[in-house]
Amino acid sequence: MTLDLFEKFNPILNDYNSLPQGEANPFTVSMEKVLSPTTAIINGRETILAGTNNYMGMTFNQECMDAAQEALTNLGTGTTGSRVLNGTYNTHKHLEDTLRKFYGTQHAIVFSTGYQANLGIIATLAGPKDYVVIDADSHASIYDGCAMGNATVARFKHNDADNLDKKLTRIRKNDPNAGILVVLEGVYSMLGDQAPLKELIQISKAHKAYVLVDEAHSIGVFGATGRGVAQEQGVEDQVDFIVGTFSKSVGTIGGYCVSNNPKFEVLRLVCRPYIFTASLPPSVVASATKALELIANNNLRSKLLSNSMRLNKGLRQAGFEMGTTGESPIAAIIVAEQNTAIAFWGEMIKEAVYVNLALPPATPKKLNLMRCSLSAAHSIEQIDFMLEKFILVGTKLGILQDIPQHVSA
Amino acid sequence: MTQTVDEIFERICVLIIPFNKKNIPISQDTLFSVDLELDSLNVMDLLSEIEDEFDITIPLNMLPDLETVGQFTKVVEQLLSEQ
Repeated sequence: MTLDLFEKFNPILNDYNSLPQGEANPFTVSMEKVLSPTTAIINGRETILAGTNNYMGMTFNQECMDAAQEALTNLGTGTTGSRVLNGTYNTHKHLEDTLRKFYGTQHAIVFSTGYQANLGIIATLAGPKDYVVIDADSHASIYDGCAMGNATVARFKHNDADNLDKKLTRIRKNDPNAGILVVLEGVYSMLGDQAPLKELIQISKAHKAYVLVDEAHSIGVFGATGRGVAQEQGVEDQVDFIVGTFSKSVGTIGGYCVSNNPKFEVLRLVCRPYIFTASLPPSVVASATKALELIANNNLRSKLLSNSMRLNKGLRQAGFEMGTTGESPIAAIIVAEQNTAIAFWGEMIKEAVYVNLALPPATPKKLNLMRCSLSAAHSIEQIDFMLEKFILVGTKLGILQDIPQHVSA
Repeated sequence: MTQTVDEIFERICVLIIPFNKKNIPISQDTLFSVDLELDSLNVMDLLSEIEDEFDITIPLNMLPDLETVGQFTKVVEQLLSEQ
């Protein structure tokens, strides 16, 4: 026992204090100026942004910026209130209409962040007498939604249909009439791998469970009109709830859930993360609405995926061990030693490339990753610049033994 | 199909082998965090293995109370007896 509330963080503090000092410390990054969706000034250097989840490059889209500016001028800087009090403007309703149209669903609810969307939907739907069954590699917002809802939580092996079947069979055996919510992600963000939704949903439905699919990393990226992996795999009609975010492809912030469940709207009266926080500011609502229209009508997906394939292929050919294949917007180099990964990151930022350093426990299988998320806004020259710097640093750190003969992308 | 606590403990010990990187001797009092140096994700993975081995559901919510091998053994025994 201790009086010190911070004592439990000592191991983390020790790890933090052993990180390199100065600009090689990943926690010191601060954007001095953002020049475009793919470039910023960091440490006084013009740096290529290769880890921002800005898949469509929507942050500087002229139409989105114009819409945001107009809303700012006409409606002010913020709503200062909850959606259930003074925080619902006509534009919030219009954004929900746009989402309904985008997904072809009856209902849509907008939250102030994607994290709150998962927290709110999972915690509210699955209460103390219900069950939530989640993938072992689920995002923190899913785990936190489970913790907040007090449902009984079970976890199946990542993307493993047989294991999901086992867990559901057992729950049904003990509790034939329990409400069960199965939570899946369209794309898992660290390695960009898709869930085999068809198999997982089929099993869930056989056990009479509801299915929620989180499309945070797949909206805009997959499916004929950019709705995500459920659309791509042709299973949208069997998904009960789709959750997503505006903070990646849509280029701003906010979260949402869409559904055809006839009782869905009641969530506005019972979902605490929806009620007890202020609604999105008008400028954010306006740019999100515009971006959704653009995503539905413009195909930036092939450009994005060809960018990712170019980087993935180039890195693999250079001799890096890859956690990704290029079939998603993610390119992740696996680095065996954690300290080497930290040093790798520090060298890359000095070479004017910003990537994500991803370490356990945020990564699957305890991998140390140099994780890039590509953008449709990246030019081929930028991809090749990243490649050149990865090879330079990889060689310097001894990860790549020799400079390979054929470094073609 | 009743199993004694010792039998359950033996079977759990087998499941712990891949998690026991330093090959320490396992007792009922072995702490996952301190003795086996497992983080919460490791313990969740072990929990999943135990579920499949005994064909039971151990709610993830119980995790904060499962700090020792003995506590896991007790929970398995209890869940099996409820079946």
